[in-house]
Amino acid sequence: MNLQEAKFEYLLRLGDSSLIIGHRLSEWCGHGPILEEDLAIINIALDFVGNTTELLKYAGQVEGKGRDEDELAYMRDEREFRNLLITEQPNGDYAYTIARQFLFDTYMFFLYEGLKSSKDETIAAIAAKSHKEITYHLRHTTEWMYRLGDGTEESHERMQNAVNDLWMFTAEMFDMDAVDTLLVKEGIAPDLNKIKVDWETRVKEVFADATLQMPTTTFKQKGSREGKHSEHLGFLLAEMQYVHRAHPGAKW
Amino acid sequence: MSDTQWPVWEVFIQASPGISHKHAGSVHAPDAEMALQNARDVYSRRSEGMNIWVVPANAITASSPEDQGSFFEPSNDKPYRHPTFYKIPEGVKYL
Repeated sequence: MNLQEAKFEYLLRLGDSSLIIGHRLSEWCGHGPILEEDLAIINIALDFVGNTTELLKYAGQVEGKGRDEDELAYMRDEREFRNLLITEQPNGDYAYTIARQFLFDTYMFFLYEGLKSSKDETIAAIAAKSHKEITYHLRHTTEWMYRLGDGTEESHERMQNAVNDLWMFTAEMFDMDAVDTLLVKEGIAPDLNKIKVDWETRVKEVFADATLQMPTTTFKQKGSREGKHSEHLGFLLAEMQYVHRAHPGAKW
Repeated sequence: MSDTQWPVWEVFIQASPGISHKHAGSVHAPDAEMALQNARDVYSRRSEGMNIWVVPANAITASSPEDQGSFFEPSNDKPYRHPTFYKIPEGVKYL
């Protein structure tokens, strides 16, 4: 694997995670628990879609085969997607959505902080812009963690169940394979082992303040690095890609 | 019918430094931090502001419609209170 191939693969991981979590959040549009939160969660979804556009556009340029961001987003099949498994998990109740978002936002926060000093100027520029957005996302989801975790008996139970269910998907966020190793060596990507320490510290703090127990699950579900997904991604892609595939090249 | 929603907060947004905060609307929220975030998401999506105040709506005391006569009409025949007889120096903004 050369540097160009590693960079393409890495950009797909970043871009696909943003695309899929953004699409999941967009499913709340018109269904949020209250009007204000409906807008808030859709603002966050839009930030992710914007971030995806930049990442996949650059991925297409790095690949050099003439694929643009739309072709990468809408014309690839499930096994070609590299998004983290946690991002494709269904919305569930609002506790589940918030738990998923908080665990992922915390990861994004530290990852993009590291990417801001990437030696690849385009990645550094995308990260600098996105990190401001992520800082707000994390603030928002953290406040909801406190309120649902340390809320009523029912909200606490739902939030605890949500973090317990999702915990098995968090381990693969920090997996380092040949792509990561090469890019860390080249100063393009941050070391995920360091990010793991920051992530764990922050998650523990917030769980403690939200009166949540750290999950005791030891099972780890992995697979996104090889494009092995949960059963949910196929359905998501069918909905997300339908219009583009039914009307190839349509303009509006 | 009783309101089962969260309390109402009035939102004031400052568009740029030096000018006063302007009422933008209201949001529902359980507490101040969430009110601030909701205000940010509802009223500053198109770069409207640089600073936000949120105020519990029940902390606002308003004059009542019956007060209109005694409160406001006495000033109608006192035009000398308007600063229209002065020239405003160039460069003074936001008056």
